[in-house]
Amino acid sequence: MNRLVFIIAMVLMISVQVPAQKYVTKNGYIRFYSQSAIENIEAMNRQVNAALNTNTGDFVFKVLMRSFTFQKAMMQEHFNENYVESDKYPDGTFIGKISNIREINFSKDGIYPATVEGNLTLHGVTKPVKETGTLEVKNAMVTGKSKFNILLSDYRISIPNTLVNNISKTIEITVEVTMNKITN
Amino acid sequence: MRKIYRFAFLFLLFVPRLLPAQDDLLELIKDNKPPVIYTEATFKTSRIVIGQSIENTAQGNLNLVFTHHFGALNTGYENLFGLHQSVVRIGAEYGFTRWLASGFGLNSDRNTWDGFLKFKIFRQKSGGKKFPLTISAFVSTAWYTTKWENADRKNYITSRATYCFQLLFARKFGERLSLQFTPSMVHKNLVLTRDDHNDIFTIGGGGRLKITDRISLNAEYHHIFRKQVVSTQVYDSFSFGVDLETGGHVFQIFLTNSSGENEEAFLANTTGRWGRGDIFLGFNINRIFTLVTPKEFRK
Repeated sequence: MNRLVFIIAMVLMISVQVPAQKYVTKNGYIRFYSQSAIENIEAMNRQVNAALNTNTGDFVFKVLMRSFTFQKAMMQEHFNENYVESDKYPDGTFIGKISNIREINFSKDGIYPATVEGNLTLHGVTKPVKETGTLEVKNAMVTGKSKFNILLSDYRISIPNTLVNNISKTIEITVEVTMNKITN
Repeated sequence: MRKIYRFAFLFLLFVPRLLPAQDDLLELIKDNKPPVIYTEATFKTSRIVIGQSIENTAQGNLNLVFTHHFGALNTGYENLFGLHQSVVRIGAEYGFTRWLASGFGLNSDRNTWDGFLKFKIFRQKSGGKKFPLTISAFVSTAWYTTKWENADRKNYITSRATYCFQLLFARKFGERLSLQFTPSMVHKNLVLTRDDHNDIFTIGGGGRLKITDRISLNAEYHHIFRKQVVSTQVYDSFSFGVDLETGGHVFQIFLTNSSGENEEAFLANTTGRWGRGDIFLGFNINRIFTLVTPKEFRK
């Protein structure tokens, strides 16, 4: 009996302690773009934190709303003050999974299509999202890329009547995160 | 008893699997230290109402400020309650860096030219680093160019100069309320009589109360200490109004007892009095242009 417990314990321990393959970055890139008849609005952020677990497919990213830069200082002020309310909701997060992680060979360089599913939280509102993108494996680094659209009204971000022609209702989001392998 | 230990031991081995899947990843991307958050938009423009706020025109931006004060409301029907008169200032301000802005203006009042420098010394911040106030220093000079009136005195160009030095202390309390404390000193190179002081001290401040995302109520007050200006009867300056924000403009519409529009004029030379009806309707129109786009956006 003693021996049996010991063996089971060892087996479990081994399975638990298989070093998880994790990739992480603190300077990923997110851009958003609003196209309208009157003006195009573009903002960039190069301080995106992202992490991927290649065993489970778990994928997360987090972005500080205040660190978006705009072409015009006033747009940036309005973005933080009136639209995403950065004081109240300082960051945006995505918590989810790469659902086809088994189809990706992380030991072989290449570009693999990926499907990402999870919850996107913005302006205090969490919505399930499912988007496609690519994962590029190269020199022991993994680059995740995706381009998708979100509807501002989904996230309770309202555009005043006087500016409906200046700001698009759907915003194009481009994510590009190059993650380095970490060992733990 | 030993069995219980065994089960406990087995249970502990399973614990890592019971945690929500992504927690370890979230732990990985957690910031080691909380980010520093600089307070933005304490005031909407570089002026609270008629006087300076701690805000600078943003780096690489040009703010064209058109200021207009009508005549006094108590000038009666024949003057359409002041609407037939006007005192204007046309100004341009540029943000050289995040902490230095400079500007100049042309005033119709005594054909005055003015220029200023505004330095942001400390910024209010929270998060990783904390500081409760934004502190700015403001220096300006104004030179009037109207015909020389003192026939018995040589017309030195420097006699026409006045200077203003201000320290601006402001704090944004939450989302809606910002307050500022402003001690000022005005220096006049030449004064009318021997009893008038060359250095005139005032103490004042103002505030902004945001009522919607794009509208706020603003007020500003400057107290001038007595017996500094004796040849003219001068009063404290009080102004209040609204800020209306649209895309690239900020409109400030207000009532004030100061007719003049540069610092020397409204701090040390406010001859109007609210109680007497010397009230001037006025507005500032701020139009902001981005002259230098941030590096990332240069194609």
